[in-house]
Amino acid sequence: MDDAIIQAEDLVKAYGGKVRALDGLSLTVPQGGIFALLGPNGAGKTTLIRILATLLPPDAGTARIAGIDVRQDPAGVRAQIGLAGQAAAVDGWLTGRENVEMVGRLYGLPPGLSRRRAREVLERIHLTDVADRQVKTYSGGMRRRLDLAASLVGRPRVLFLDEPTAGLDPASRHDLWALIRDLAEDGCTVVLTTQYLEEADQLASRIAVIDHGRLASEGTAAQLKDRVGGAVVELRVAAADRARTFRALREADLRDAAVDEHDGRVVLPAPAGPKTLQVALRRLEDAGVTPVDAALRKPTLDEAFLALTGHHTAASDRARPVEAAR
Amino acid sequence: MSATPTTTGHRSSGMGRTVGDIAVIARRDLLRTLRLPDVLVTSSVMPVIFILMFTYVFGGAIQTALPPAAHGRYVNWLIPGLLAQFALFGSLGAAFRMSEDLASGAIDRFRSLPMARLALPAGRTLADGAGMLRTMALLLAVGLTIGFRPQTSIPAVLAGVAIALGFGYAWSWAMAALGLVVRTPEAVQTASFMGAFPLAFTSSVFVPTQTMPGWLQAFAAHQPVTVTTNALRGLLLGQGALPQGQTVTGQVVLALAWTGAITAVFTPLAVHLYRRAVS
Repeated sequence: MDDAIIQAEDLVKAYGGKVRALDGLSLTVPQGGIFALLGPNGAGKTTLIRILATLLPPDAGTARIAGIDVRQDPAGVRAQIGLAGQAAAVDGWLTGRENVEMVGRLYGLPPGLSRRRAREVLERIHLTDVADRQVKTYSGGMRRRLDLAASLVGRPRVLFLDEPTAGLDPASRHDLWALIRDLAEDGCTVVLTTQYLEEADQLASRIAVIDHGRLASEGTAAQLKDRVGGAVVELRVAAADRARTFRALREADLRDAAVDEHDGRVVLPAPAGPKTLQVALRRLEDAGVTPVDAALRKPTLDEAFLALTGHHTAASDRARPVEAAR
Repeated sequence: MSATPTTTGHRSSGMGRTVGDIAVIARRDLLRTLRLPDVLVTSSVMPVIFILMFTYVFGGAIQTALPPAAHGRYVNWLIPGLLAQFALFGSLGAAFRMSEDLASGAIDRFRSLPMARLALPAGRTLADGAGMLRTMALLLAVGLTIGFRPQTSIPAVLAGVAIALGFGYAWSWAMAALGLVVRTPEAVQTASFMGAFPLAFTSSVFVPTQTMPGWLQAFAAHQPVTVTTNALRGLLLGQGALPQGQTVTGQVVLALAWTGAITAVFTPLAVHLYRRAVS
């Protein structure tokens, strides 16, 4: 791909000779936009980010950022990237401004330019009012934003964000999403890891599903959903009928049914489309269950993920396979 | 910000850039010491407690075992030893802060930046050196107030301070390496103190090593804190303060040899570990 900003080929990384965090992963990230690496805990997302950000050397394979090889010229790569890790790596005893200016200096900016850039970035990230307060007084969301500001001060071409919203409350998460979208609109390529399907769905122009150190699938959210085979059946039953519903569906060999814990929705893949719905409803009728609601619809990204990897994302926690729910 | 982000990380390698990065990191560590009051209090209160406790509580009993160059004052004997001991103690913070930076993700950030690889450990140990100088000034000031009197010349005293500083700076690299290996801040703190306290107490800092049992003496007489303490005593109090058969020059050379050996082992080790460290 000509406009690829990141090209990774056959990356392998094992820890302690045993656990293969990356197992021959290849990936191409186009320039611009937001690219999400989606996968459960331990899928290899963080390892991938660390290799791309030159923190870890791969055991095998190659990776190039803006055409620069991470192993042959790590210093060259570092001048092109920004990294905000899982923890907000900002210093509590420094003010917000001091933190950003310091990173600017370490990007190699002269003092005057570093100060000017810090001012711009803090304004953009809406931290100007508190810029001269020590960071230990900041909230979690403010620290994350400051961490982002620090990684922006060098105007990187690629910004790596490792689980940028983990542990944030919903309001702070939405703030950060808006900010990340804003950055991408300026032409900076954002690569983020997430365990949250909603986050990938909301933010990313492209999504790579990573599982067991490999690329399970890659494309836009719509493409990933299409790949599942188009449709799922969703049934809503009274709580008292739930156990009977599962039993009936299992007997019908519809054992992929999953239950949503919050409102007791039962969701199952519908490879045969309306026919699957028909079968399911007939089984329920035989079991004496009348559903409150029944529908055939497009799968969500979570369901797509389930179909692509054989399991749910760890953090989705919304739906569980029938077997586990019982 | 411009509409099209361009990388303006002014990449330039070479000495100027490295020195600049080291200065940025040293400033970061110094501000940490200045703005986290607990650190400052611990590093100021502990030296004073050591001087007062040993001079007024144990000093009277130990006094009888002292060589004549101490002029019958335990504080004269004690201050050169404490300069060496607190040079060592002053290095312990480097271990804690390295592990803290690992845990907070700061090292990941630094390692992803186009900055000199040497800058974090070098800036950190430099800031430690500044802290050690402060502590030594405090030790000398409190010592002079309660009766400490150097028996030599001002250049000799300054040479002694320089040797203690070099000694502490060398340990600072060792502690930086320890922090990168042990990783958990709490465990690092325990490990560094467990190493430093026995080393200080089995030395000639508080008592002449000749009073220790033979098996311990063999270690105590040659370990780096003793050798550095003896060099300092020679420089601050004169030849008469040293055990028989030792010369001031000889002890200074030995002290510098220890400092050089610690530096030669741990500087490359700390840099090597840092280049591979991920949180």
